[in-house]
Amino acid sequence: MTAATPAPASDKLSTPASIPDVGALRAVLARGMSAANILTEEEDLRPYECDGLSVYRRLPLAVVLPETIEQVQHVMRSCSQMGIPVVARGAGTGLSGGALPLADGVLLGLSKFNKILSVDSANRVARVQPGVRNLAISQAVAPLGLYYAPDPSSQIACSIGGNVAENSGGVHCLKYGLTVHNILGLKIVTVDGELIELGGAALDSAGYDLLAILTGSEGMLGIVVEVTVKLLPKPEVAQVIMAAFNDVEDAGKAVGDIIAGGIIPGGLEMMDNGIIKAAEAFVHAGYPTDAAAILLCELDGTQAEVEEQTAQVHAIVERAGANDIRISRDEQERLLFWAGRKAAFPAAGRISPDYYCIDGTIPRKELPFILKGIQQLSEQYGLPVVNVFHAGDGNLHPLILFDANKTGDLEKTEELGGKILEMCVQVGGTITGEHGVGIEKINQMCVQFQPAELEQFHALKKAFDPQGLLNPGKAIPTLARCAEFNAMHVHHGQLPFPELERF
Amino acid sequence: MATSSNDTRQALAQQLSEQVQAAAAERTPLSIQGGASKSFYGRRDASNHPVLTLADYQGVISFEPTELTVTAAAGTPLVALEQTLAESNQQLPFEPPHFGPDATLGGTIACGLSGPARPYTGSARDFVLGMKIINGRGEILNFGGQVMKNVAGYDVSRLLTGSLGTLGVILEVSLKVLPRPAQELTLTQSCDEAEAIDRFSRWAGKPYPISAAAYFDGTLYLRLAGAASAVTAAQASIGGDILADGATFWQALREQELAFSTPGWLPDRVYGDCLFPRQQRLCACPAQPCWTGAVRNAGCLPNCQRKPCSPLPSRWVGRPSYFEAVTALTRYFSPCQLLSCNYTVI
Repeated sequence: MTAATPAPASDKLSTPASIPDVGALRAVLARGMSAANILTEEEDLRPYECDGLSVYRRLPLAVVLPETIEQVQHVMRSCSQMGIPVVARGAGTGLSGGALPLADGVLLGLSKFNKILSVDSANRVARVQPGVRNLAISQAVAPLGLYYAPDPSSQIACSIGGNVAENSGGVHCLKYGLTVHNILGLKIVTVDGELIELGGAALDSAGYDLLAILTGSEGMLGIVVEVTVKLLPKPEVAQVIMAAFNDVEDAGKAVGDIIAGGIIPGGLEMMDNGIIKAAEAFVHAGYPTDAAAILLCELDGTQAEVEEQTAQVHAIVERAGANDIRISRDEQERLLFWAGRKAAFPAAGRISPDYYCIDGTIPRKELPFILKGIQQLSEQYGLPVVNVFHAGDGNLHPLILFDANKTGDLEKTEELGGKILEMCVQVGGTITGEHGVGIEKINQMCVQFQPAELEQFHALKKAFDPQGLLNPGKAIPTLARCAEFNAMHVHHGQLPFPELERF
Repeated sequence: MATSSNDTRQALAQQLSEQVQAAAAERTPLSIQGGASKSFYGRRDASNHPVLTLADYQGVISFEPTELTVTAAAGTPLVALEQTLAESNQQLPFEPPHFGPDATLGGTIACGLSGPARPYTGSARDFVLGMKIINGRGEILNFGGQVMKNVAGYDVSRLLTGSLGTLGVILEVSLKVLPRPAQELTLTQSCDEAEAIDRFSRWAGKPYPISAAAYFDGTLYLRLAGAASAVTAAQASIGGDILADGATFWQALREQELAFSTPGWLPDRVYGDCLFPRQQRLCACPAQPCWTGAVRNAGCLPNCQRKPCSPLPSRWVGRPSYFEAVTALTRYFSPCQLLSCNYTVI
């Protein structure tokens, strides 16, 4: 593998040629909304300088916080006319820099859109504003025995509008799907300020599936101002089986065997030894710290169904070589088993000054190969990597442990992260399973897609946003950027570590 | 099933893309065709264009039962694909209707059709993971992938699902598949329409393993599917008579062969799953079928039929952005507007 020059953080933060006049912008915006909701002073802008990917920071020209759809339309019409780019922001918990402001642009915050508009228990749908927190939906409908299924780990804080923009997942995706599978309708404001409804209360609607294309479009096609979500009946019971393995490959095989056995668990997670130790030290979930890997398999449904499947999974993991199998005896123990997994990121934060979370997806059978590859890269770069894995759906989250205060560590970390993602592409996977491309993985898009495909993406954006004002520079790289990146980079299709055994 | 190797497929894909390039150069529209089993479907004009046939572009390219994914060429007969899955005890969860023995995977996805399981398990587009397509410039492009979680780039493969070939020629499709349920059981109950809707709504709000529901002619039909214990428990709780040959009933519903799916039999309203008017009824939309349990008290909203002949939904009238975006989309995928351009997808 040829050594590549990293594209450090600063490379992705371009400076615009000219900054529009803030005063003029302010005056135009104030015609349609309260001046108090237009922020232009540095101290007011500072909280918006980054999202969950805090290594990239930049102040926007202005932050606007509209309170009504009409005000969003006004903002979009004004910015369109003035040619000012707009970056939408929900709760700012995104991990790929999708809501990173532009120095010459407006940051459109949707935090004031925080109401659940209606809940229809007979049809099991709710209409919510985009700033409503993911978990707040489930909490609001819990008395009806319903919940909203996608549960990204940031669900306590992240907003449903941001979930739509990123097509967020969570630990229950294998069985319950992603955001795109759990929303029925959207109201969006187009770049020129028009309000459009896509989908609705019914399951399918006429025309192109613009609902699907908007979902996961990272704020590049329109501003989400209302979401109709599907609600599901809460499973009667849930039970977790924790199985410990001496060998990661055995754990991987157990996952395949569970699925081949016709069982679709509600959640199926794997943790490697590094993160088991860190999590155990942090929350004392009772994980065996000498295990090479543990599997957490959650079965949910009716009492009878869960009992039946628990027995089946127990037999399967035993056959696959698990040497320590525990079944949660009650809700308290179930939550304890999960506590370690859910605290994996903060646990990593305890054993290292900083950590960087990667988000690739791979065909599950490639897991042992990828883990070996990550190990080699980790040694090569001198940075420890621990792994949590949504094993059911192949979504891998390696956490690179580094120290941002050490000169060069962040750049090394970014480069190592990029290499891991490229390895995911080479085994038939993808550079992002649920966190989005944003600014973070913009270079790796050049590895996953050919120029003609990127051109098609740009054309698609143009259909919605001819001037290129919605979150420009994110998600889809320009061909020029890719030419530059690929020129100094590993050649397409050339597999790293040819010496490693594949299966 | 004609098996084709990767090499023959690659050569054929090249040929197909050259055909599209030539048609683009000459500005000759093309009509994309798999098995021609669903040519009645969609709003199209009467013009006949030269056919670009996908029927020979066949074969299951990869099937990984433990990954729950399958990738197959567009011309693969649906029957053959379902057979391959069944051998590993898996299935297409959205139960697409065939409308004839020649139905292909590509046509199924281009039409975006789903069957009785749709309201509970999901639609065709819900299970699409990725696609290889030829756009209107004749370029072969890949979108999505073969993994369940993938948010790199816009979700073009879901956009193309149900687009009736107007945005591109579907060459290959990757789908998520699911295990066949361990047990299936169909219950019937006699009741009136309002009561049926009430019951459907009530049950769907409970964690019962419901996989299909229908109501017509005074009888409610409910299909339970899942672990044996779950089906038995739900049956005990819901009650009703067991329909001995439930599978045949749902198969007939899926293929729209029940009485109300045929021309001439037009009840006021039908609550069934994935019903849309067949050819003869396409331009009248008399029956306005509805999803069971999906929309209550809402009259008959747009339903499983993605391309209704009804007038435009009122919420889009006077929204030029929508039309501009849709028209531009078509233009940007198929610049000369030569792919399936006798179809209108609005």
